[in-house]
Amino acid sequence: MNSLEQHLSEHPFFMGLRPDHLALLSGCATTTRVEGGEFLFREGQPARSFYVVRHGSVAIASITPHEGLVVIQTVGDGDVLGWSWLLPPYHWHFGAYAVEPTTLISLDAVCVRGKCEHDPVFGFEIMRRFAQVMASRLEATHLQLMNVYEHRR
Amino acid sequence: MSTVAEPPPVGMPAGRPPRASASAGEVMRPALHRIRRLRRETHDTFTVELQPEGGGPCAPWLPGQFNMLYVFGVGEIPISISGDPQSPVLVHTTRAVGRVTNEMSALRAGDVVGVRGPFGTPWPLEAARGHDVAVVAGGIGLAPLRSALYGLLANRGDYGNVVLLYGTRSPQDILYRHELERWRARFDLEVHVTVDRGLPSWHGNVGVVTTLIHKAPFTPRQAVAMICGPEVMIRYSGLELQRRGVEAERIYVSMERNMKCAVGFCGHCQFGPYFVCRDGPVFRYDQVADLASRWEV
Repeated sequence: MNSLEQHLSEHPFFMGLRPDHLALLSGCATTTRVEGGEFLFREGQPARSFYVVRHGSVAIASITPHEGLVVIQTVGDGDVLGWSWLLPPYHWHFGAYAVEPTTLISLDAVCVRGKCEHDPVFGFEIMRRFAQVMASRLEATHLQLMNVYEHRR
Repeated sequence: MSTVAEPPPVGMPAGRPPRASASAGEVMRPALHRIRRLRRETHDTFTVELQPEGGGPCAPWLPGQFNMLYVFGVGEIPISISGDPQSPVLVHTTRAVGRVTNEMSALRAGDVVGVRGPFGTPWPLEAARGHDVAVVAGGIGLAPLRSALYGLLANRGDYGNVVLLYGTRSPQDILYRHELERWRARFDLEVHVTVDRGLPSWHGNVGVVTTLIHKAPFTPRQAVAMICGPEVMIRYSGLELQRRGVEAERIYVSMERNMKCAVGFCGHCQFGPYFVCRDGPVFRYDQVADLASRWEV
Protein backbone atom coordinates (compact mmCIF):
# COMPACT_ATOMS: atom_id res chain seq x y z
CA MET A 1 0.00 0.00 0.00
CA ASN A 2 1.56 3.34 -1.03
CA SER A 3 1.33 6.42 1.20
CA LEU A 4 -1.60 7.91 -0.74
CA GLU A 5 -3.56 4.67 -0.40
CA GLN A 6 -2.70 4.71 3.29
CA HIS A 7 -3.97 8.30 3.69
CA LEU A 8 -7.12 7.48 1.75
CA SER A 9 -7.81 4.35 3.79
CA GLU A 10 -7.49 6.36 7.02
CA HIS A 11 -9.79 9.14 5.86
CA PRO A 12 -13.31 8.80 7.33
CA PHE A 13 -14.94 9.27 3.92
CA PHE A 14 -13.18 6.22 2.48
CA MET A 15 -13.09 4.15 5.67
CA GLY A 16 -13.87 0.50 4.94
CA LEU A 17 -13.36 0.78 1.18
CA ARG A 18 -12.07 -2.46 -0.37
CA PRO A 19 -8.26 -2.53 -0.89
CA ASP A 20 -8.61 -2.95 -4.68
CA HIS A 21 -10.96 0.06 -4.75
CA LEU A 22 -8.49 2.09 -2.69
CA ALA A 23 -5.81 1.20 -5.21
CA LEU A 24 -8.08 2.37 -8.04
CA LEU A 25 -8.77 5.61 -6.25
CA SER A 26 -5.16 6.35 -5.36
CA GLY A 27 -4.34 6.24 -9.08
CA CYS A 28 -6.44 9.43 -9.40
CA ALA A 29 -5.13 11.12 -6.23
CA THR A 30 -2.51 13.74 -5.44
CA THR A 31 -1.79 15.61 -2.23
CA THR A 32 -2.38 19.35 -2.17
CA ARG A 33 -1.60 22.11 0.29
CA VAL A 34 -3.20 25.53 0.23
CA GLU A 35 -2.48 28.61 2.32
CA GLY A 36 -5.10 30.53 4.29
CA GLY A 37 -7.16 32.70 1.92
CA GLU A 38 -6.12 30.74 -1.18
CA PHE A 39 -8.99 29.55 -3.41
CA LEU A 40 -9.26 25.88 -4.35
CA PHE A 41 -11.95 26.66 -6.91
CA ARG A 42 -14.37 29.41 -7.78
CA GLU A 43 -18.08 29.41 -8.51
CA GLY A 44 -18.85 28.59 -12.16
CA GLN A 45 -15.45 27.11 -12.98
CA PRO A 46 -15.24 23.55 -14.35
CA ALA A 47 -15.24 21.01 -11.51
CA ARG A 48 -12.18 19.01 -12.43
CA SER A 49 -11.58 17.37 -9.07
CA PHE A 50 -12.92 16.80 -5.59
CA TYR A 51 -11.05 16.87 -2.31
CA VAL A 52 -10.84 15.16 1.03
CA VAL A 53 -9.53 17.34 3.84
CA ARG A 54 -6.71 15.86 5.88
CA HIS A 55 -5.89 18.83 8.12
CA GLY A 56 -7.22 22.36 8.15
CA SER A 57 -10.40 24.15 7.25
CA VAL A 58 -12.04 25.19 3.99
CA ALA A 59 -14.87 27.70 3.58
CA ILE A 60 -17.52 27.09 0.92
CA ALA A 61 -18.74 30.49 -0.19
CA SER A 62 -20.83 32.36 -2.70
CA ILE A 63 -20.85 35.92 -3.98
CA THR A 64 -24.00 37.86 -3.06
CA PRO A 65 -24.98 41.27 -4.44
CA HIS A 66 -25.25 43.04 -1.06
CA GLU A 67 -22.78 41.32 1.22
CA GLY A 68 -20.09 40.18 -1.20
CA LEU A 69 -18.57 36.83 -0.31
CA VAL A 70 -20.79 34.90 2.13
CA VAL A 71 -19.58 31.68 3.74
CA ILE A 72 -22.25 28.99 3.60
CA GLN A 73 -20.37 26.18 5.26
CA THR A 74 -16.94 25.21 6.48
CA VAL A 75 -15.47 21.73 6.18
CA GLY A 76 -12.51 20.43 8.12
CA ASP A 77 -10.46 17.37 9.05
CA GLY A 78 -12.10 14.19 7.78
CA ASP A 79 -14.63 15.92 5.52
CA VAL A 80 -15.11 15.65 1.77
CA LEU A 81 -15.31 18.75 -0.41
CA GLY A 82 -17.20 19.02 -3.67
CA TRP A 83 -19.76 16.98 -5.55
CA SER A 84 -20.24 19.13 -8.67
CA TRP A 85 -17.72 16.84 -10.43
CA LEU A 86 -20.34 14.05 -10.28
CA LEU A 87 -23.10 15.60 -12.34
CA PRO A 88 -23.14 17.43 -15.68
CA PRO A 89 -22.36 20.15 -16.54
CA TYR A 90 -19.50 19.62 -14.01
CA HIS A 91 -19.27 23.24 -12.90
CA TRP A 92 -18.77 24.38 -9.30
CA HIS A 93 -21.96 25.73 -7.70
CA PHE A 94 -19.92 27.53 -5.02
CA GLY A 95 -16.37 28.69 -4.48
CA ALA A 96 -14.04 27.31 -1.80
CA TYR A 97 -11.02 28.83 -0.09
CA ALA A 98 -8.78 27.70 2.75
CA VAL A 99 -9.49 29.40 6.07
CA GLU A 100 -6.05 28.35 7.33
CA PRO A 101 -3.14 26.35 5.88
CA THR A 102 -4.83 23.15 4.79
CA THR A 103 -3.66 19.80 3.44
CA LEU A 104 -5.99 17.84 1.20
CA ILE A 105 -6.02 14.93 -1.16
CA SER A 106 -7.23 16.01 -4.58
CA LEU A 107 -8.96 13.41 -6.74
CA ASP A 108 -9.12 13.92 -10.49
CA ALA A 109 -12.76 13.95 -11.60
CA VAL A 110 -12.32 12.53 -15.10
CA CYS A 111 -10.12 9.76 -13.74
CA VAL A 112 -12.57 8.79 -10.94
CA ARG A 113 -15.62 9.00 -13.24
CA GLY A 114 -13.85 6.77 -15.76
CA LYS A 115 -13.09 4.17 -13.11
CA CYS A 116 -16.67 4.36 -11.80
CA GLU A 117 -18.00 3.61 -15.28
CA HIS A 118 -15.50 0.82 -15.85
CA ASP A 119 -16.14 -0.87 -12.50
CA PRO A 120 -19.82 -0.46 -11.49
CA VAL A 121 -19.25 -1.97 -8.03
CA PHE A 122 -16.61 0.66 -7.34
CA GLY A 123 -18.88 3.28 -8.94
CA PHE A 124 -21.82 2.29 -6.73
CA GLU A 125 -19.65 2.48 -3.60
CA ILE A 126 -18.43 5.97 -4.49
CA MET A 127 -21.98 7.14 -5.36
CA ARG A 128 -23.36 5.66 -2.13
CA ARG A 129 -20.83 7.60 -0.05
CA PHE A 130 -21.47 10.82 -1.94
CA ALA A 131 -25.24 10.32 -1.65
CA GLN A 132 -24.86 10.30 2.15
CA VAL A 133 -22.84 13.51 2.06
CA MET A 134 -25.35 15.16 -0.27
CA ALA A 135 -28.28 14.07 1.93
CA SER A 136 -26.70 15.52 5.06
CA ARG A 137 -25.75 18.75 3.24
CA LEU A 138 -29.34 19.01 1.98
CA GLU A 139 -30.66 18.53 5.51
CA ALA A 140 -28.28 21.18 6.82
CA THR A 141 -29.37 23.54 4.05
CA HIS A 142 -33.04 23.00 4.95
CA LEU A 143 -32.22 23.92 8.52
CA GLN A 144 -30.29 27.01 7.42
CA LEU A 145 -33.13 28.12 5.15
CA MET A 146 -35.62 27.81 8.01
CA ASN A 147 -33.57 30.45 9.84
CA VAL A 148 -34.54 28.81 13.11
CA TYR A 149 -32.87 31.40 15.33
CA GLU A 150 -34.95 34.24 13.98
CA HIS A 151 -37.69 35.27 16.38
CA ARG A 152 -41.13 35.32 14.81
CA ARG A 153 -43.48 37.77 16.44
CA MET B 1 -23.05 -1.46 28.26
CA SER B 2 -23.39 1.02 31.05
CA THR B 3 -26.79 2.43 31.74
CA VAL B 4 -28.15 5.77 32.77
CA ALA B 5 -30.40 5.81 35.79
CA GLU B 6 -34.04 6.42 35.08
CA PRO B 7 -34.94 10.10 35.17
CA PRO B 8 -37.20 11.26 37.96
CA PRO B 9 -40.89 10.63 37.33
CA VAL B 10 -42.33 13.22 35.02
CA GLY B 11 -43.54 16.20 36.99
CA MET B 12 -41.24 15.66 39.95
CA PRO B 13 -37.99 17.61 39.84
CA ALA B 14 -35.05 15.52 41.05
CA GLY B 15 -33.77 16.49 44.45
CA ARG B 16 -36.66 18.79 45.29
CA PRO B 17 -39.99 18.10 46.87
CA PRO B 18 -42.92 18.33 44.47
CA ARG B 19 -44.38 21.79 44.37
CA ALA B 20 -47.81 20.34 45.00
CA SER B 21 -46.88 20.66 48.70
CA ALA B 22 -47.13 24.45 48.37
CA SER B 23 -50.58 26.03 48.38
CA ALA B 24 -51.98 27.62 45.24
CA GLY B 25 -51.75 31.05 46.88
CA GLU B 26 -48.11 30.58 47.75
CA VAL B 27 -46.99 29.52 44.29
CA MET B 28 -48.87 32.37 42.62
CA ARG B 29 -47.39 35.08 44.88
CA PRO B 30 -44.24 36.70 43.48
CA ALA B 31 -41.34 37.40 45.82
CA LEU B 32 -39.76 40.83 45.43
CA HIS B 33 -36.26 40.81 43.98
CA ARG B 34 -33.99 43.76 43.33
CA ILE B 35 -31.94 44.02 40.15
CA ARG B 36 -28.26 43.89 41.01
CA ARG B 37 -27.07 44.26 37.43
CA LEU B 38 -28.55 44.24 33.94
CA ARG B 39 -26.20 43.86 31.00
CA ARG B 40 -26.65 43.53 27.27
CA GLU B 41 -25.24 40.31 25.81
CA THR B 42 -25.95 40.79 22.08
CA HIS B 43 -28.03 43.27 20.10
CA ASP B 44 -31.27 41.61 21.27
CA THR B 45 -30.39 39.64 24.41
CA PHE B 46 -29.66 40.71 27.96
CA THR B 47 -28.86 39.20 31.34
CA VAL B 48 -30.46 40.28 34.58
CA GLU B 49 -28.99 39.47 37.99
CA LEU B 50 -31.40 39.45 40.94
CA GLN B 51 -31.21 39.31 44.71
CA PRO B 52 -34.10 38.85 47.11
CA GLU B 53 -35.41 42.16 48.44
CA GLY B 54 -34.36 42.59 52.06
CA GLY B 55 -31.47 40.12 51.80
CA GLY B 56 -31.52 36.42 52.48
CA PRO B 57 -30.77 33.58 50.10
CA CYS B 58 -32.49 32.93 46.78
CA ALA B 59 -34.85 29.98 46.69
CA PRO B 60 -32.80 26.85 45.92
CA TRP B 61 -32.97 25.77 42.29
CA LEU B 62 -31.51 23.23 39.90
CA PRO B 63 -30.05 23.79 36.43
CA GLY B 64 -32.80 23.52 33.84
CA GLN B 65 -35.53 25.01 36.02
CA PHE B 66 -37.20 28.33 35.29
CA ASN B 67 -38.71 31.25 37.16
CA MET B 68 -41.68 33.44 36.35
CA LEU B 69 -40.38 37.02 36.26
CA TYR B 70 -42.91 39.78 36.81
CA VAL B 71 -42.36 43.31 35.53
CA PHE B 72 -44.94 45.11 37.65
CA GLY B 73 -47.62 46.82 35.66
CA VAL B 74 -46.59 45.04 32.48
CA GLY B 75 -46.74 41.30 32.86
CA GLU B 76 -45.12 38.04 33.80
CA ILE B 77 -43.01 35.67 31.68
CA PRO B 78 -41.15 32.39 32.18
CA ILE B 79 -37.35 32.58 31.89
CA SER B 80 -34.89 29.76 32.48
CA ILE B 81 -32.26 30.26 35.13
CA SER B 82 -28.89 30.65 33.45
CA GLY B 83 -26.52 31.34 36.32
CA ASP B 84 -24.23 29.32 38.51
CA PRO B 85 -26.12 27.13 41.01
CA GLN B 86 -23.46 27.96 43.60
CA SER B 87 -23.85 31.70 43.21
CA PRO B 88 -26.01 33.65 45.66
CA VAL B 89 -27.32 35.72 42.74
CA LEU B 90 -30.22 34.63 40.54
CA VAL B 91 -29.29 35.06 36.87
CA HIS B 92 -31.59 35.03 33.83
CA THR B 93 -30.74 35.70 30.20
CA THR B 94 -33.45 36.37 27.67
CA ARG B 95 -34.15 37.99 24.35
CA ALA B 96 -36.02 41.30 24.17
CA VAL B 97 -38.84 40.27 21.85
CA GLY B 98 -42.14 41.20 23.44
CA ARG B 99 -43.70 43.80 25.70
CA VAL B 100 -42.50 42.29 29.00
CA THR B 101 -38.94 41.51 27.90
CA ASN B 102 -38.58 44.89 26.19
CA GLU B 103 -39.73 46.66 29.38
CA MET B 104 -37.45 44.44 31.42
CA SER B 105 -34.46 45.27 29.25
CA ALA B 106 -35.02 48.95 30.05
CA LEU B 107 -34.87 48.40 33.83
CA ARG B 108 -31.86 49.46 35.85
CA ALA B 109 -29.89 48.24 38.85
CA GLY B 110 -31.98 48.84 41.96
CA ASP B 111 -35.34 48.34 40.24
CA VAL B 112 -37.62 45.66 41.65
CA VAL B 113 -39.25 42.73 39.87
CA GLY B 114 -41.36 39.83 41.10
CA VAL B 115 -40.09 36.26 41.01
CA ARG B 116 -42.12 33.07 41.28
CA GLY B 117 -40.34 29.76 41.24
CA PRO B 118 -38.24 27.84 40.64
CA PHE B 119 -40.44 25.54 38.58
CA GLY B 120 -40.06 22.50 36.39
CA THR B 121 -37.74 19.58 35.87
CA PRO B 122 -33.95 19.94 35.85
CA TRP B 123 -31.19 18.70 33.54
CA PRO B 124 -30.10 15.14 34.48
CA LEU B 125 -26.76 16.07 36.04
CA GLU B 126 -27.00 13.23 38.56
CA ALA B 127 -27.95 10.61 35.96
CA ALA B 128 -25.08 11.77 33.73
CA ARG B 129 -22.38 11.07 36.34
CA GLY B 130 -19.80 8.65 34.96
CA HIS B 131 -20.80 9.36 31.35
CA ASP B 132 -19.61 11.52 28.50
CA VAL B 133 -21.87 14.54 28.18
CA ALA B 134 -22.76 16.25 24.89
CA VAL B 135 -24.38 19.65 25.38
CA VAL B 136 -26.01 20.92 22.18
CA ALA B 137 -27.23 24.52 22.26
CA GLY B 138 -28.85 26.69 19.62
CA GLY B 139 -29.16 30.48 19.89
CA ILE B 140 -30.60 31.67 23.19
CA GLY B 141 -30.87 27.96 24.13
CA LEU B 142 -27.35 28.27 25.51
CA ALA B 143 -28.77 30.19 28.50
CA PRO B 144 -30.54 27.29 30.27
CA LEU B 145 -27.64 25.01 29.39
CA ARG B 146 -25.08 27.37 30.88
CA SER B 147 -26.29 26.54 34.37
CA ALA B 148 -25.94 22.82 33.52
CA LEU B 149 -22.37 23.48 32.34
CA TYR B 150 -21.57 25.25 35.61
CA GLY B 151 -22.87 22.17 37.41
CA LEU B 152 -20.83 19.80 35.23
CA LEU B 153 -17.65 21.87 35.66
CA ALA B 154 -18.12 22.17 39.43
CA ASN B 155 -17.91 18.37 39.62
CA ARG B 156 -15.77 17.85 36.54
CA GLY B 157 -14.14 14.66 37.81
CA ASP B 158 -17.52 12.92 37.97
CA TYR B 159 -18.05 12.99 34.20
CA GLY B 160 -16.27 11.64 31.12
CA ASN B 161 -15.69 13.90 28.12
CA VAL B 162 -17.79 17.05 28.27
CA VAL B 163 -18.50 18.66 24.92
CA LEU B 164 -20.37 21.88 24.18
CA LEU B 165 -21.66 22.30 20.63
CA TYR B 166 -23.14 25.74 20.12
CA GLY B 167 -24.76 27.09 16.99
CA THR B 168 -26.22 30.50 16.39
CA ARG B 169 -27.21 32.72 13.50
CA SER B 170 -24.13 34.90 13.04
CA PRO B 171 -20.92 35.82 14.90
CA GLN B 172 -22.73 38.89 16.30
CA ASP B 173 -25.34 36.63 17.90
CA ILE B 174 -22.88 34.57 19.95
CA LEU B 175 -24.05 34.56 23.55
CA TYR B 176 -21.61 34.64 26.49
CA ARG B 177 -18.71 35.16 24.10
CA HIS B 178 -16.09 35.80 26.80
CA GLU B 179 -17.20 32.82 28.81
CA LEU B 180 -17.06 30.60 25.73
CA GLU B 181 -13.51 31.81 25.10
CA ARG B 182 -12.56 31.01 28.69
CA TRP B 183 -14.14 27.57 28.49
CA ARG B 184 -12.41 26.91 25.19
CA ALA B 185 -9.06 27.47 26.87
CA ARG B 186 -9.74 24.68 29.37
CA PHE B 187 -8.21 21.26 28.80
CA ASP B 188 -11.18 19.41 30.26
CA LEU B 189 -13.96 20.90 28.15
CA GLU B 190 -14.35 20.75 24.39
CA VAL B 191 -16.14 23.77 22.95
CA HIS B 192 -17.21 24.03 19.30
CA VAL B 193 -19.07 27.04 17.98
CA THR B 194 -20.66 27.41 14.57
CA VAL B 195 -22.74 30.09 12.89
CA ASP B 196 -25.37 29.64 10.20
CA ARG B 197 -23.93 32.40 8.13
CA GLY B 198 -20.52 34.04 8.16
CA LEU B 199 -18.53 36.63 6.30
CA PRO B 200 -14.87 36.04 5.44
CA SER B 201 -13.86 38.00 8.56
CA TRP B 202 -15.20 35.09 10.65
CA HIS B 203 -12.61 32.32 10.86
CA GLY B 204 -14.67 29.81 12.82
CA ASN B 205 -17.08 27.10 11.71
CA VAL B 206 -19.99 27.90 9.42
CA GLY B 207 -22.94 25.52 9.21
CA VAL B 208 -25.83 24.42 11.36
CA VAL B 209 -25.10 23.02 14.81
CA THR B 210 -26.05 19.48 13.75
CA THR B 211 -22.95 19.41 11.51
CA LEU B 212 -20.77 19.51 14.65
CA ILE B 213 -22.29 16.36 16.11
CA HIS B 214 -20.67 13.69 13.91
CA LYS B 215 -17.12 14.67 14.83
CA ALA B 216 -17.61 15.66 18.46
CA PRO B 217 -15.35 13.74 20.85
CA PHE B 218 -17.75 11.61 22.89
CA THR B 219 -18.52 7.91 22.92
CA PRO B 220 -22.12 7.66 21.70
CA ARG B 221 -23.07 4.49 23.54
CA GLN B 222 -21.91 5.99 26.83
CA ALA B 223 -23.00 9.56 26.32
CA VAL B 224 -25.81 11.60 27.78
CA ALA B 225 -26.93 14.51 25.60
CA MET B 226 -28.73 17.70 26.58
CA ILE B 227 -30.28 19.89 23.89
CA CYS B 228 -31.87 23.32 24.06
CA GLY B 229 -32.76 25.72 21.27
CA PRO B 230 -35.48 26.33 18.71
CA GLU B 231 -37.75 23.30 18.39
CA VAL B 232 -36.69 22.51 14.82
CA MET B 233 -33.06 22.57 15.88
CA ILE B 234 -33.87 20.24 18.80
CA ARG B 235 -35.55 17.77 16.43
CA TYR B 236 -32.68 17.69 13.94
CA SER B 237 -30.09 17.51 16.72
CA GLY B 238 -31.95 14.61 18.32
CA LEU B 239 -31.99 12.77 14.99
CA GLU B 240 -28.31 13.41 14.39
CA LEU B 241 -27.38 12.26 17.89
CA GLN B 242 -29.35 9.07 17.33
CA ARG B 243 -27.64 8.58 13.96
CA ARG B 244 -24.34 8.89 15.81
CA GLY B 245 -25.50 6.14 18.18
CA VAL B 246 -26.84 7.98 21.23
CA GLU B 247 -30.00 6.26 22.45
CA ALA B 248 -33.14 8.40 22.67
CA GLU B 249 -33.45 7.50 26.37
CA ARG B 250 -30.13 9.28 27.00
CA ILE B 251 -31.06 12.46 25.16
CA TYR B 252 -32.74 15.23 27.16
CA VAL B 253 -34.38 18.30 25.68
CA SER B 254 -35.78 21.51 27.11
CA MET B 255 -39.10 22.44 25.54
CA GLU B 256 -40.69 25.86 25.40
CA ARG B 257 -44.40 26.60 25.42
CA ASN B 258 -46.67 29.43 26.43
CA MET B 259 -46.34 29.04 30.20
CA LYS B 260 -48.61 31.20 32.36
CA CYS B 261 -49.32 29.74 35.80
CA ALA B 262 -46.16 27.57 35.87
CA VAL B 263 -47.79 24.88 38.01
CA GLY B 264 -50.11 23.05 35.63
CA PHE B 265 -53.35 24.84 36.63
CA CYS B 266 -54.13 26.85 33.53
CA GLY B 267 -53.24 24.47 30.69
CA HIS B 268 -51.71 27.12 28.44
CA CYS B 269 -48.53 25.10 27.96
CA GLN B 270 -50.16 21.80 27.15
CA PHE B 271 -48.01 19.67 24.85
CA GLY B 272 -49.80 16.43 24.05
CA PRO B 273 -50.30 14.67 27.39
CA TYR B 274 -47.89 16.99 29.19
CA PHE B 275 -47.91 20.43 30.73
CA VAL B 276 -44.48 21.80 29.89
CA CYS B 277 -44.37 23.97 33.05
CA ARG B 278 -45.01 21.07 35.38
CA ASP B 279 -43.86 17.95 33.50
CA GLY B 280 -40.94 19.75 31.80
CA PRO B 281 -39.35 21.90 30.60
CA VAL B 282 -36.66 19.18 30.55
CA PHE B 283 -37.98 15.98 29.00
CA ARG B 284 -36.37 12.78 27.92
CA TYR B 285 -36.29 12.88 24.13
CA ASP B 286 -38.19 9.61 23.71
CA GLN B 287 -41.09 11.16 25.67
CA VAL B 288 -41.55 14.03 23.24
CA ALA B 289 -39.84 13.17 19.93
CA ASP B 290 -43.02 11.86 18.39
CA LEU B 291 -45.09 14.84 19.60
CA ALA B 292 -42.60 17.39 18.27
CA SER B 293 -43.05 16.24 14.67
CA ARG B 294 -46.87 16.15 14.77
CA TRP B 295 -48.56 19.10 13.12
CA GLU B 296 -51.62 19.03 15.32
CA VAL B 297 -49.76 19.28 18.67
